[in-house]
Amino acid sequence: MLEIKNLSFAVSEENREKEIIHDLSLTVENGKFVVITGPNGSGKSTLARLIMGIERPISGSILLDGEDITALDITERARRGISFAFQQPVRFKGIRVQDLLRLAAGKNISLSAACEYLSEVGLCARDYIDREINSSLSGGELKRIEIATLLARRTKLSVFDEPEAGIDLWSFQNLIRIFEKMQSEIRDSSIVIISHQERILRIADEIIVLSGGRITKRGAPDKILPELIGKTAPVSVCEKLQ
Amino acid sequence: MVKLDAIQKRLISEIADLHSVPAGAYNFRANSQLAGRNTTANIDIISKENGSGIDIRIKPGTKNESVHIPVVISESGIKETVYNDFYIGEDADVVIVAGCGIDNCGGQDSEHDGVHRFFVGRGAKVKYVEKHYGSGDGKGQRILNPVTECYMEEDSSMEMEMEQIKGVDSTERTTIAELKSGARLVVKERLMTHGSQNAVSSYQVNLNGAGATADVVSRSVARDDSSQTFNARITGNAPCSGHTECDSIIMDRGHILAIPSLEANDIDAMLVHEAAIGKIAGDQLTKLMTLGLTEAEAEEQIINGFLH
Repeated sequence: MLEIKNLSFAVSEENREKEIIHDLSLTVENGKFVVITGPNGSGKSTLARLIMGIERPISGSILLDGEDITALDITERARRGISFAFQQPVRFKGIRVQDLLRLAAGKNISLSAACEYLSEVGLCARDYIDREINSSLSGGELKRIEIATLLARRTKLSVFDEPEAGIDLWSFQNLIRIFEKMQSEIRDSSIVIISHQERILRIADEIIVLSGGRITKRGAPDKILPELIGKTAPVSVCEKLQ
Repeated sequence: MVKLDAIQKRLISEIADLHSVPAGAYNFRANSQLAGRNTTANIDIISKENGSGIDIRIKPGTKNESVHIPVVISESGIKETVYNDFYIGEDADVVIVAGCGIDNCGGQDSEHDGVHRFFVGRGAKVKYVEKHYGSGDGKGQRILNPVTECYMEEDSSMEMEMEQIKGVDSTERTTIAELKSGARLVVKERLMTHGSQNAVSSYQVNLNGAGATADVVSRSVARDDSSQTFNARITGNAPCSGHTECDSIIMDRGHILAIPSLEANDIDAMLVHEAAIGKIAGDQLTKLMTLGLTEAEAEEQIINGFLH
């Protein structure tokens, strides 16, 4: 279970403190699928980064299964069972896809296991396993490899920062299937997703709407979605085009 | 028959990945003495009459054979210059593994300057692997100044992998290549310096015939207070194509000077150079830490991958 209590975060801007997250509290129960949404600049990604320890809060606390992890660094949080999929995955010259999957699994995994993770994200393992994670990969390919690293980690809490960005519509169904599979395979595991995508919002157990660093709405999709549809965010791709 | 002590065997395994006597032709040199030699029906190794080195003669058409010529120095204070000439017959296809390991526990400098000349026959294919390694905690420096010259006939090809990852205090590496029509040269250099080491690597590649191609790629990491200079020039004297790239990671108080340069003397010479120097990106460290690695482990993985 993830508990966030009275969390605040600010950045310095022209010698002024600008608060990005304001006294925010929320709980993600075990086995839950929570989607955090809201307009650009509402603090969604910052909140995700605070959970992983990439950013440090100015006040408040974060608890994982009752343990206060606020003071722990990224590595320690990762080892306690939090994983994180970046909105813009990082490239590495010379590190191959199989190397990254091995690091994610934390042990020497077999080639066939590595291949399985890639197949899950719709990549032909044979074509990718030896590829370097460098600029020869497209944004969409990187994004899928990023998701495969979370499959390899098998942690109790997985945080995805806009996983749908750069993923085409064909693999969109796959993405949802992956979330469902992760939850069914890892007992009591929870998923937190930052997303604008209506189709992801629809499958959430709970939607949390952020605005100006505060929670403005929260609840089940059938309650929250009707209020959101038609506003600038979130909208489905098709609606945007129309 | 190869006579080597434990330190020498360790050096050999570092530079040539050899744990036993290799198959095929070989010449082992330890502390300036011949420690073992084997020739085959197609590959002959002959000591030069003046004792300055060896000639390696590979018959035309020799396929799938290898030559190992490792050098190890485990005594402090040895300084030597060795001239090795490789004559590779037409249409041969061979692997040549060279390399030098110095273990210096003493107070005097140890230095090996190897001058390798390759005469690559028409249509021949050579893969050349060279590793340099130093160890030992003596005050004496471990110095390696290799000179490599390649004279490539029509349609020949040469792939060179040169690696110096650890323990060499000072190195000045010079590579010269002359390519005739249709000849192809690929160089992959990997270099890491640490402590107060200094490394200089210079290339002069002359593309003299139509269709000659060269690709010279160096990746390096400069740690601690070490210093590196990469100076690569490709000259196009005919319709040809050449590419040089140096990509470096700078760490701590390292110093890197990259001077890629191109010279064209023919309107159809197509030459490209790229150079980049930068520290390890913060988001790379962060990503690997989110997988459970410590910052130091993440750094090591990034460097290992980069020098892969």
